[in-house]
Amino acid sequence: MNQPRTLYEKIWDSHVVKRRDDGTCIVFIDRHLVHEVTSPQAFEGLRAAGRPVRRPDLTLAVADHNLPTTARRDAGGNRVPIADSMSAKQLEALEANAPAFGIRYIDDAAPEQGIVHVVGPEQGFTLPGCTLVCGDSHTAAHGALGALAFGIGTSEVEHVLATQTLLLKQSKSMEVRVEGTLGFGVSPKDLVLAIVAKLGASGGTGYVVEYTGSTIRDMSIEGRLTISNMSIEAGARAGLIAPDEKTYAYLKGRPYAPTGADWDAALAWWQSLPSDQGARYDKRVALDATDIAPNVTWGTSPEDVVPITGNVPDPDSFADESKRAAAAKSLDYMGLTPGQRMQDIPVDNIFIGSCTNSRIEDLRAAAAVAKGRKIAGGIKQALVVPGSGLVKRQAEEEGLDRIFIEAGFEWREPGCSMCLGMNPDKVPPGQRCASTSNRNFVGRQGPGARTHLLSPAMAAAAAITGKLADIREMMG
Amino acid sequence: MEPFKQVEGRAYPFGRKNVDTDVIIPAEYLKTISREGLFEGAFKVVRAEEGNVFDDPEYAGAPILIAGDNFGCGSSREHAAWALNDMGIRVVVAPSFSDIFSSNAFKNGILAVELSQAAINRLMEVATTDPITVDLENQVVTTPFQDRFEFPIDAFRKSCLVAGLDEIGLTLESGEAIASYEQQVSAARPWLIKETA
Repeated sequence: MNQPRTLYEKIWDSHVVKRRDDGTCIVFIDRHLVHEVTSPQAFEGLRAAGRPVRRPDLTLAVADHNLPTTARRDAGGNRVPIADSMSAKQLEALEANAPAFGIRYIDDAAPEQGIVHVVGPEQGFTLPGCTLVCGDSHTAAHGALGALAFGIGTSEVEHVLATQTLLLKQSKSMEVRVEGTLGFGVSPKDLVLAIVAKLGASGGTGYVVEYTGSTIRDMSIEGRLTISNMSIEAGARAGLIAPDEKTYAYLKGRPYAPTGADWDAALAWWQSLPSDQGARYDKRVALDATDIAPNVTWGTSPEDVVPITGNVPDPDSFADESKRAAAAKSLDYMGLTPGQRMQDIPVDNIFIGSCTNSRIEDLRAAAAVAKGRKIAGGIKQALVVPGSGLVKRQAEEEGLDRIFIEAGFEWREPGCSMCLGMNPDKVPPGQRCASTSNRNFVGRQGPGARTHLLSPAMAAAAAITGKLADIREMMG
Repeated sequence: MEPFKQVEGRAYPFGRKNVDTDVIIPAEYLKTISREGLFEGAFKVVRAEEGNVFDDPEYAGAPILIAGDNFGCGSSREHAAWALNDMGIRVVVAPSFSDIFSSNAFKNGILAVELSQAAINRLMEVATTDPITVDLENQVVTTPFQDRFEFPIDAFRKSCLVAGLDEIGLTLESGEAIASYEQQVSAARPWLIKETA
């Protein structure tokens, strides 16, 4: 009898091309997403060695990190020049490299353009059971569809381009089981912040996580994408969710999804992928969804999470000495004092977007809060940046753009934007941002920027009240 | 890649935990299309702090960096490894590393050495006055004071580092195995790796 296997083991086993004696395996990569920041040096390496791309047909390129979120074409259809010459150069490099190596490229003004992790699922490029990589750590997001997806460095990008494989060792496995119903005003973002807080920023290092339990099963695909996306904030390279009827319904009819007899064959295989009864995980963690409140971060690590009803912690309250030192440093950087109520913290900037929270459900949640209200006078900048041109179009069809604009938000073109400020969208030094992105690192949203991570509805609430606010009080 | 055998020299006693790759190299420096020239941005936010180890002449040109738990967490940017390379760092010693960073480091000939927090504490102390030796062949870190800390390393990574191997070249030697895998999957799950163009 076959030993019960996890979803991860099934995908891993079906992708090992060759196993070396030392346990390192050549693993086949089914899908490769390429963007402009982490690929130029990889293409240069191929050129220097005279190597072609082995499977351009399994590769898809799109620019997202550098693109300004203002209009990209003028009234005459001509490109609006990118002011930052370095950003322009990276975009030009991708635009030249993709056709030179036979790779499909989504144009920066195409409706399909967007953040690479929004585009993959949206196009049906991401499929259950596939191995998918990208030179970006938030590639973990695609695990929400049951793909073994993880971020890689540029040397690995070059390795995949040249060989369509990677040299890997199997990771340990961790089950993160979440049971129960999320409360009113509590979103998948709040749950994943709770998960990161529970595991710690390095708790998932060396593991591939699988999220299980009724909360995950009951969650939409977009909610699951938010969960898997932030696996890396707990150190886990990948965060899988077993494919189910929701996954199949989401994928059916998408441009790159299989069709006809291929769809039936694919479906049969996908249905065999979920972890078997009795499958063994190296570690198991459980959370009760009913315990979770809307969460916000207070520090400079995504593990620094408190409920919105809580206070800024006292660094002395941490048992670990290095954590005490880190917390004191974080509070200094964040300009916060121990004991301060989170709901008393005023914010200057609002960012609704990023590969974590820029899909249509995120925008609907934020718009529901913004509807009929105005952003507070003290807010200096409030951006809504859809994850893709298709998300943008859908939101406009639903009138969400009007709601945001009438409330005082700016409605922008898709891209990574203020999540990491490689384009002109930055949080100015010393200013505070309520952000739906994934990282509150020192300087992440711009040098000296102070980031509080939260859900789209909570970001909208912060925009309206001018400070961090409890969405449950606002909408209750 | 240059073969890696042994590194002896001063070490930056940095020691901080959860050092993310945004700290190692901020996003504004990722706009390069080259692997070089990242020195200027390396640890920029740390270097803005008065008395930081990176600008202390005592440690100028040190080839070893001592850090805390979870070094290199966050973004997958290989620019972090390139920035360390630009600084002349050949070895990072820490209690743990993020998976992506340690892979990136290794692919750039930088050795990521995992040691216990107790060993790190001792090395932090030694580093303020004396050099440290990292011997990959024997997998041991030593000090002039008879300290001796053995470290584990993946056998494959070690062999690649010691020989200075080009991984892509190595994998391409298995080109036939890759081709036969592709054929096999094309038959069993044609939709998965069918030309999606």
